[in-house]
Amino acid sequence: MQHVMTKEIAVADDIRNYLAVQEQKSLMRFLTCGSVDDGKSTLIGRLLYDTKLIFEDQLAALEKDSRKHGTNGADIDFALLVDGLEAEREQGITIDVAYRFFATPKRKFIVADTPGHEQYTRNMATGASTADLAVVLVDARQGILRQTRRHSIIASLLGIRHIALAVNKFDLVGFDRNVFERISAEYREFASELGFATIEPIPMSARYGDNVTRRSSEMPWYAGPTLLEHLENVSINAVAVDRPFRFPVQYVNRPNLDFRGFAGTVASGSVGKGDDIVVAKSGKLSRVKRIVAQGGDLQRAVEGQAVTIVLEDEVEVSRGNMLVSPYTRPQVTDQFAANLVWFDESALLPGRSYILRTETDQASATVSELQYRINVNDFAHEAAKTLEMNEVGVVSVSLQSPIAFDNFAENRTTGAFILIDRMTNATVGAGMILNPLRRAANIHWQSLDVDKKARALSKHQKPTVLWFTGLSGSGKSTIANLLEKKLHSAGHHTYLLDGDNIRHGLNRDLGFSDEDRVENIRRVAEVARLMADAGLIVLVSFISPFRAERQMARELLEEGEFIEVFVDTPFDECARRDPKGLYAKALGGEIKNFTGIDSPYEAPEKPEIHLETFGRSPEEMVEVLDEWLHERENGDQQYDSGGGI
Amino acid sequence: MLARLTHLDRLEAEAIHIFREVAATFSKPVMLYSVGKDSSVLLHLAMKAFYPAKPPFPFLHVDTTWKFREMIEFRDAMAVKHGFDLLVHINEDGVRQGINPFDHGSNTHTHVMKTVALRQALDKYGFDAAFGGARRDEEKSRAKERIFSFRNASHTWDPKNQRPEMWKIYNTRVAPGESIRVFPLSNWTELDIWQYILQEEIPIVPLYFARQRSIVERDDMLIMVDDERMKLRDGEVIENRLVRFRTLGCYPLTGAIESDAEDLESVVSEMLTARTSERQGRLIDKDEAGSMEKKKREGYF
Repeated sequence: MQHVMTKEIAVADDIRNYLAVQEQKSLMRFLTCGSVDDGKSTLIGRLLYDTKLIFEDQLAALEKDSRKHGTNGADIDFALLVDGLEAEREQGITIDVAYRFFATPKRKFIVADTPGHEQYTRNMATGASTADLAVVLVDARQGILRQTRRHSIIASLLGIRHIALAVNKFDLVGFDRNVFERISAEYREFASELGFATIEPIPMSARYGDNVTRRSSEMPWYAGPTLLEHLENVSINAVAVDRPFRFPVQYVNRPNLDFRGFAGTVASGSVGKGDDIVVAKSGKLSRVKRIVAQGGDLQRAVEGQAVTIVLEDEVEVSRGNMLVSPYTRPQVTDQFAANLVWFDESALLPGRSYILRTETDQASATVSELQYRINVNDFAHEAAKTLEMNEVGVVSVSLQSPIAFDNFAENRTTGAFILIDRMTNATVGAGMILNPLRRAANIHWQSLDVDKKARALSKHQKPTVLWFTGLSGSGKSTIANLLEKKLHSAGHHTYLLDGDNIRHGLNRDLGFSDEDRVENIRRVAEVARLMADAGLIVLVSFISPFRAERQMARELLEEGEFIEVFVDTPFDECARRDPKGLYAKALGGEIKNFTGIDSPYEAPEKPEIHLETFGRSPEEMVEVLDEWLHERENGDQQYDSGGGI
Repeated sequence: MLARLTHLDRLEAEAIHIFREVAATFSKPVMLYSVGKDSSVLLHLAMKAFYPAKPPFPFLHVDTTWKFREMIEFRDAMAVKHGFDLLVHINEDGVRQGINPFDHGSNTHTHVMKTVALRQALDKYGFDAAFGGARRDEEKSRAKERIFSFRNASHTWDPKNQRPEMWKIYNTRVAPGESIRVFPLSNWTELDIWQYILQEEIPIVPLYFARQRSIVERDDMLIMVDDERMKLRDGEVIENRLVRFRTLGCYPLTGAIESDAEDLESVVSEMLTARTSERQGRLIDKDEAGSMEKKKREGYF
């Protein structure tokens, strides 16, 4: 760095001029990816070294480390420059993405060095999501491997349009031109379906620096650019201000009654003071009154700028909504198809409720259908019931409330989302929207005149779903049955949904795998919702072992309608009672996926009612429930209908 | 039609976006204000992000009681100027035990007065998100860290199991007791910081500029004698030397460099021709291999 910059400074008049020149440089973000041991970290170390970006104290530490951990004998091991975690240095592998920075007289670069091991694919995706170009490394001795293909596909899915194919370790194949021709041709053929704008194969030796920053004398047959020349010259997109204006509202800034600004980052296009805009979700029209910035209002804001917009009118806008061009509007629906990359060790479960997040919006989401899994070796579409960690598929996503979005191919910012697990808060998947699904758009909600409240009033009760969860044999059905008798004789309108009974009819096509259990509960929750809508008091008696699905059921209902009743009976007691003889069979291995034995039961963390049944009779339990319901009635003003529950 | 944002425009917009994201999604954020140049840039960006409102969170300074006096003066002046809510936390247990860098070494001192103190403060106020000024170009383990970096209920970082961080879609969800450290300057380099300070005319602590200062040479470092607590060893003499600091921390642990760069322009041109990295002046990083990663796992910023 010193070398390059000192020269530049000498040319510039003074430091401010020099810095002004710096600012004319464009910024490129790229990642290095490829299979294990293809030399990604070594390549970046070489780039930093050759662009003089390594300080003397770092070089001294590097020489010391190379002797301790290095794999290059007495030579400097450049990989140790970038593998920063102790575990990485010990194992000689890259676990997580590292970001590095360097500059040349033409460009500034942010490099994401990503891991090659398949198990760390999610870290590779992290690096790829913000990159303009991918340097895909291939070991000249190994050729194109499974991981080369996987990373190329993920790069393509995540919207990267430029590939530099770094065919590395040419020193180990005698700088053989035929090897280069063969690998280049194979890669081009494989990648022809991936929609890259440019693919530039470059033969190199990162260890010795051939064709990285300086032309190799060993490969006179190669006439193309060095890697650095290519990185400096490949054309990356400048901001196109005439793309459709998109402004996801991130934060409503309201310091006092006189100011209400919508803060966010322009996702695409541009906006000027006085421009007409539309609020995406409501379709309300308004006009830009001010574009506020410290130090003076702006006349225009363009893609990438973080600004605060004030509108002419008092329209309803909150975080998650979008201000957009009235002429080219985004999609606003609750169903769409998407490419999905799965990150988590627990597989994707279609039907399970996840949290979907876009840049600023959030909604409950289920994968309503896994259309197919993509084989990363040959692009084959394979039928699948789940996506395992690091797998890629095309899915239909269904949301509980609509979001505003564009197709990812048209807008990398407004077409992307992540999925979050409700219980662990882990980021379990990343999605790229392909297109809206029109089912929802064409089937409008039929508004009915007799509503839930009217139906409930005529029955003198508050619609309620009492959701009994617990192990098989814990006493759920016995207690629910007794409670229903009691409610019925008091004149209430009730219905008992029992797990075993429903499996004889509505759910008889479902088994006991995790996916089928999720679907089992989804259907019952929907039925319970309809019955509550009819004004009934619904008793649901299902093992319902997973928290996520009980949470999903809760969210289908209105606040206060869902009462989780945890029938808490110790496993040993359930197994001793064994009213249906199932425990004996399961423990004997005759039944698979039995809750509590080889399938987990996730106990409720905060049930409304916790029934500890051990040593107490079902009648006593019913008393507890009855008392709870009466107490609620006394404290409840919402359905003031007289004799309600 | 095309428009081009400069490199700094992009970094600024990214940082502002991060500030707003935290304000919109966390219930109790805080900004760790360490008074150095990176903190000064952070403060400037926070003021921009929420203009015309003030930043909707307090600023926390973990005071080891060994900071340069000029840092404390500067800190208090900034709080008055910008009207932010300043919280100062000192590990009183450490003070009672008399922990100090001279007798206990940099490792123990930093652990007790900085890492433990920070955990105390976070627990005391129940913050669920904390901004820090760390940059990925500073050090190898920092280069690996996410912008939104998850901490479990005991404030530890698990570098082998970080959440994926896709696009600008940040997963801001935490369970009670857990928290996120947020680094808006992740993608800035030291040069970017200086360039931005010049461009925006951001005030910084005068210790960054060369002045005649009382200096003792110790363990190959130039240590400034900032108060009477620094006892001279045999053979040590206090000299008046023209020095400045590239980073700021506890004065007994922060080495000065000889320099005649008395204003911003000369500091930046000196920085451009520097031959050593800025953390070289920091004693605390050199105690043992991988020491920054270890400190970070324990909850250091």
